[in-house]
Amino acid sequence: MIELFNSANDAVCGFLGINSYLQGVIVMVCINVIAVLGMSVLTGFTRLFSFGNAGFMSIGAYTTAILAVQFKVNFLLAIIIGALFAGLVAYLLGSITLRLNGDYFLITCLGFGECVRVLFNYTKNLTGGSAGYPGIPPYSSMLFSVICAVIAFFVAWRFIHSKYGRNLTSIRENAMAAEAVGVNAYRTKRMSFTFSAIYAGWAGALYGGYLMYIVPSSFNLAKSCELITTTVIGGLGSLTGSVLGAIIVTVLPEVFRALANYRMLLYGIAVVMIIMFKPSGLYGYKEFSIKRIIAFFRNLGKKKAPQPVAASEQGEEAEKK
Amino acid sequence: MFLQQFVTGISVGGIYALLATGYSLIYSLLDFSNWAHGEFAMVGAYVAIVFSTMLNVPFVPAALAGIIGGAAISFLCERFAYRRIRKNGSPNMFLMIAAMGLSTVFQQAANLIFSGQYRSYPFKLPISTVHVANAYIGVLDLLSLVITAVILIGLVYMINKTQFGLNVRAIACNAPAAKVLGVKVDKSIASVFLLAGGLAGVAGILYGMKYNVFPTMGNVGLKAFISSVIGGLGSVPGAIVGALLLGVLETLVSGYISSSLRDFFSFALLIVLLLVKPSGLFGVEVQDKA
Repeated sequence: MIELFNSANDAVCGFLGINSYLQGVIVMVCINVIAVLGMSVLTGFTRLFSFGNAGFMSIGAYTTAILAVQFKVNFLLAIIIGALFAGLVAYLLGSITLRLNGDYFLITCLGFGECVRVLFNYTKNLTGGSAGYPGIPPYSSMLFSVICAVIAFFVAWRFIHSKYGRNLTSIRENAMAAEAVGVNAYRTKRMSFTFSAIYAGWAGALYGGYLMYIVPSSFNLAKSCELITTTVIGGLGSLTGSVLGAIIVTVLPEVFRALANYRMLLYGIAVVMIIMFKPSGLYGYKEFSIKRIIAFFRNLGKKKAPQPVAASEQGEEAEKK
Repeated sequence: MFLQQFVTGISVGGIYALLATGYSLIYSLLDFSNWAHGEFAMVGAYVAIVFSTMLNVPFVPAALAGIIGGAAISFLCERFAYRRIRKNGSPNMFLMIAAMGLSTVFQQAANLIFSGQYRSYPFKLPISTVHVANAYIGVLDLLSLVITAVILIGLVYMINKTQFGLNVRAIACNAPAAKVLGVKVDKSIASVFLLAGGLAGVAGILYGMKYNVFPTMGNVGLKAFISSVIGGLGSVPGAIVGALLLGVLETLVSGYISSSLRDFFSFALLIVLLLVKPSGLFGVEVQDKA
């Protein structure tokens, strides 16, 4: 099964002329896209902040790795079980912590993420402790990761534009008003939290398959912070913005290799600047649409007159959604 | 043995308390957790390092410079970043994300300027111990304990008895009303940041003397943050009690159970406490406002 995917991947890459370095970058982009999409549903659309998503990533990664290595489970099944297990843990955690108010929920998530990391460090027999867990089969080829990212985006898109997704948005805008019109805020929040944890677990599983080796310290608080800040950079309330943010945050450091030492410094400065000067992020509440881009370029040529036309086009778009 | 662990715990807790009160003060005014607070301590410690090792300044002036450095960086953050974000009318969460970004910036900047190596102060530290009732207690621990106690008592006095403290409490209670009654809100917030930064500077120097000075030492801010949550976000006495509790718990766990499980116990305590009493030990009940 793995061989099948990997040989298909070799064929595709050979056909497109993608070298192994570029493949690695694309795999990392896909992994970050999946994790950030989960974060975007939770933070951008429900306005809940979780500093524990790195913890869910590590749960997904370790579950998948242990199933694939020790129990020789098929890797597809292992990834699915790993992601679902992360979701189950989130469901249980959310059941007890989501009744807390905003800040306190965030703090319990932070504590949970750190607890998971320390525990994985401590349980040496099962997870190899701080020495890491080696020998994971290399199932995260470029082809497979891209397929995963596309599926993840499609599912998230359908979820956000479904009845449940609208419930999430209503809670973001005003939880009390949402409850007044019959949205069960607690259960909806829990669904969003579970959804984001499944995505985090999925991303973690792919991460393990890509590096073939995982250590607890790569899923620390800094990783959770990175996920949140990437979501903020992309735009709170835009799935395409989140994808764009994840791509930028992963690809830019590769482009500016010479500035590798300054990577995190510039990253921090960028976050502060975006919060200060464009708090809605790169895309804000808008989604990427080709129609709007075409309208933008059309307007560039004509300059003055067509502005009301563009406004009505956007209005139509909003109605269609 | 127990007494020895206990005194060490209280002295570590004292350092947490200096930082935790800063978290609490800022939370009580602005309703956000200033995650860059640990980095203010790191900046203070490095300023003291620069003065003492590179400029050969004796201990007291170098330490004072460190404290001023911590206060200055804290003030600058509020003046140029937080104030603008507040005026934008963004949700409070954005302040926290900005603080996260600032903390990354300071940590990386320290890493680039001073490299990752561990540094220590060139002073002759009192490393001797006092023998009290079967226990060896470090003089440094006692010293830091005394300094912290004096500062914290002064702080509590200031919050409860002076005009400045009254202004701060008024803003914490209701900022628009305080403004109407003539309290200079922005000025008071800036002074609180100065004060919190100075306390962080003291904590940074004490921590640096006890362990070492290194770019990621600001992570001690996380422990201080936990303490302030345990005590109840926004309550200064709560933060002090929470910090002492956490310090003692940590030393006892690493002394009697396992030092690798130390952090697990701190975070588990945090989660359990929040579930049982979400407002912390001394906090006020939080409620949704329509």
